[in-house]
Amino acid sequence: MRQILRLTVNGEAAESLVAPHQSLADFLREDLGLTGTKHGCDLGDCGACTVLVDGEPRLSCITLALECEGREVTTIEGVARDGRVHPVQEAFDRCVAAQCGYCTPGLVLSCVALLRDNPSPSEAQIRAGLSGNICRCTGYTKIMDAVREAAVELAGQAPSPAEGSRRD
Amino acid sequence: MSAPTPSGSPIGRLAPHESAARHVTGEALYVDDLPEPRGTLHGHAVTSPHARARILGIGTEGARAVPGVVAVLLAGDVPGLNQVGAVVHDEPLLAEGEVHTEGQAVALVLAESPRAARLGAEAVAVQYQELPPILGISEAIAAGAFLCEPHVLRRGDPDAALAGAPLRLSGRVESGGQDHFYLETQCALAVPEEGGGLRVFSSTQHPSEVQAKVAEVLGIPRHRVVVEVPRLGGGFGGKETQAAPFAALASLGAWRTGQPVKVWLDRDRDMRQTGRRHPFRTDWEAGFDGEGRLLALVARVFADGGWSADLSRAILDRCLFHLDNCYHLPALRFEGRVVRTNRASNTAFRGFGGPQGVLVVEEVLNRAAERLGLDPADVRRLNLYGPAPRDRTPYDQPVGDFRAGRMIERLLASSDYRRRRESIEVANASSRWTKRGIGLQAVKFGISFTTAFLNQAGALVLVYADGSVQLNHGGVEMGQGLHTKMRAVCAHELGVPVEAVRVMATSTEKVPNTSATAASSGSDLNGQAVLEACAAVRERMRPVAATLLGLPAGEGEALVFSEGRVSHPGTGLSAPFADVASACWLARISLSATGYYRTPGIHYDPSVGRGRPFFYFAYGAAVTEVEVSGLTGEHRVLRVDVLHDVGASLTPTVDRGQVEGAFVQGLGWLTTEELVFDESGHLLTHSPSTYKVPAIGDVPEDFRVDLLPSSPHDGTIHGSKAVGEPPLMLAISAVTALRHAVGAFGARGREVELSYPCTPEAVLRAVEAARRDAGPARAGSPDAARVEAEPRIGEPQAT
Repeated sequence: MRQILRLTVNGEAAESLVAPHQSLADFLREDLGLTGTKHGCDLGDCGACTVLVDGEPRLSCITLALECEGREVTTIEGVARDGRVHPVQEAFDRCVAAQCGYCTPGLVLSCVALLRDNPSPSEAQIRAGLSGNICRCTGYTKIMDAVREAAVELAGQAPSPAEGSRRD
Repeated sequence: MSAPTPSGSPIGRLAPHESAARHVTGEALYVDDLPEPRGTLHGHAVTSPHARARILGIGTEGARAVPGVVAVLLAGDVPGLNQVGAVVHDEPLLAEGEVHTEGQAVALVLAESPRAARLGAEAVAVQYQELPPILGISEAIAAGAFLCEPHVLRRGDPDAALAGAPLRLSGRVESGGQDHFYLETQCALAVPEEGGGLRVFSSTQHPSEVQAKVAEVLGIPRHRVVVEVPRLGGGFGGKETQAAPFAALASLGAWRTGQPVKVWLDRDRDMRQTGRRHPFRTDWEAGFDGEGRLLALVARVFADGGWSADLSRAILDRCLFHLDNCYHLPALRFEGRVVRTNRASNTAFRGFGGPQGVLVVEEVLNRAAERLGLDPADVRRLNLYGPAPRDRTPYDQPVGDFRAGRMIERLLASSDYRRRRESIEVANASSRWTKRGIGLQAVKFGISFTTAFLNQAGALVLVYADGSVQLNHGGVEMGQGLHTKMRAVCAHELGVPVEAVRVMATSTEKVPNTSATAASSGSDLNGQAVLEACAAVRERMRPVAATLLGLPAGEGEALVFSEGRVSHPGTGLSAPFADVASACWLARISLSATGYYRTPGIHYDPSVGRGRPFFYFAYGAAVTEVEVSGLTGEHRVLRVDVLHDVGASLTPTVDRGQVEGAFVQGLGWLTTEELVFDESGHLLTHSPSTYKVPAIGDVPEDFRVDLLPSSPHDGTIHGSKAVGEPPLMLAISAVTALRHAVGAFGARGREVELSYPCTPEAVLRAVEAARRDAGPARAGSPDAARVEAEPRIGEPQAT
């Protein structure tokens, strides 16, 4: 029995009929065509499907779409605003923090949330903040470089409403 | 042939990944992301739950009754050859009569949704009669189950050398398998085309082989099948041969139904059904002189091939070719064989048998150092290749430009190895429960496919009349940065900015009969082909450009293609590349060309174990420091220093990424990734919750990577060297460091008994063994009393 789901995705209202067992990842990919969210393990263990739900990182493979009724979901496609990529995205690009790129969307969203909550994380805090995202290509060093560079870049910017405050 | 390096050339420059902007915005499309054409069906394979069984019957009625199920296909529905084995025809696409491993495909259910296909697959009733499986190397040897004849390398009289050696050691090294854990699981989408054609989008490292296998399975010529690869979410060897079965299943479904068919594996199925790095067992015997010089090494090597041949023979060969690593062996006998078990068919994985070979000789040297009480780094330095006659590999190829020796010296100095080792020993003496260790590792890795004919590549470059360029080559982008490098090579040859070059998806309709993107050879082979193709177009453009600039046509030879312009140094005249391209079009000069390359001078005769299988060797060295808890066996990597030889790097940012990623992946193989099976042969570690791939917290706390500066190699693309696989073996430095730390819990002069992978459990076992050997006098042993009560018999006490 499908149910109506109303939510906001990347700043736009969305309304859809979804099955109760449908995951948020499947809803985003299949119903909305937002394929930047990746299936990595479908068990909540690799972080490739990470999205933000009301600003908090969530594993969309083990989140039901219906749990997001009335909430705001941000996927990798919604991180850039007004045609400008986010400093975290820029830093990932510049630092060659993406190799095959499959873990990148999830990592970028984890980093966006990490730096919003903690604008100048220590080495240990970066490791803790990204501990749920597996990357098989890079050895993680360039990902950590990207976080540090993005932190410096963000420190030079006034916080924008989109990422400056947690939504509760 | 190559143009002089102009100032604007991207060769050797730092550069972001060719797809970086698309990776970070989610725009980058992988096969599973491609829009599904109207009417796409989803294929789900019914697979064997048993390691070995006879198929008594297959009931499909229940599945056909599931809403949404369109068809259920069995082996008899294959129109052509029911075979997808890469080298040997021993791998049916759909099982007939018997299943040989858990996860082997028996039937294919096609349905309108993935869920219906899965439910349909569950409703297929297969009756099995279980048969006793072979689940390990020893069992297979006892049963005489082999996948190939022995391969033997020999030199001198190793038996006599062993008999006369002052120090004789022997042992067994068992290295474990490793799941590729590419983040993107296996996926294929087959779309029927008019006129009986088929277009297959496949996440494969080997589009030409997928094309060949699909054509064979359907019984049609290859020209009716196009295989296209947008990019891969990681490969690491796991998609060299093992993408083909899933592409063939999708193609079979599309062929039978006339509709597009997608086959995608979830992580669980991918980990169960696809093969992994080969577990190896090596029984060895070594002779040393009193100072730690190797006099002879005899090794009997067995690889667990799993249920079918796949690439196992070539992987075994590469293991034997790397049992020497960087060391001269005066007398040797290496015998290798692949056993057949009822496991998933093991396959290529970064290093391709090389790491398993290197691990053996490094353990031999570590044990000698432990017995002789020497620094393992010094034992390694003592045994390095040198000037003739110490320059001959076991297969008689001279090592040539052997860089490892001076790289080791440089790294020992830059990492402050000597001082750190001394201070570790001092600290260990006063630290009861925590010990540190440090280890040096060098690697020499042979570059070329050891199957000589595979060392060929092609490219196709298209220059449009507005000066923009499409580049096609036979290699697959899987995160290793191949497209970034190929774009740089192309832009350099044509003298245009990299933004003017678009690297196209790899497709069998652009470059035919390609080899797999594998063996670290992607840039070496495809780079030369790209250079050839671009140079051919550029040379045709010269006379036209000269005319455009009002110069005699003969002056074309003097023109420089650089920074998007074609310039004449003598007069200072120049024109934009785009104007020259347009002029060529108007002058009816072809602006497209193919390029082709084959590696010269390589050959090998397996019947005598002699030849020159490798075009050259790549080198690296690493020093790693670890800390071990004697209470839990837990360990941390404190610091890693790497010096790696990539020749003159085509793109240093890309190469650094390969070195760091390979090291951490090697660390995973050696210290965290353990495959566990139950007694019936079922894989228990089929998800990241039970199979520990390195996460960000496992990365060395202090990780220093340097590329060997100013070290071009003769005869390769712009002097660069292959980088994909060699650095993986540098992680063995962590094993040597762990042995150092574990040894500190015991007595000097004793060998450390540490098994692979060196998980905390394995390290704890080794620590306890070291403590037992050290005897009750040793401080800090919680079971000292027990050891005292139960003295081990027949083992001399260390002094």
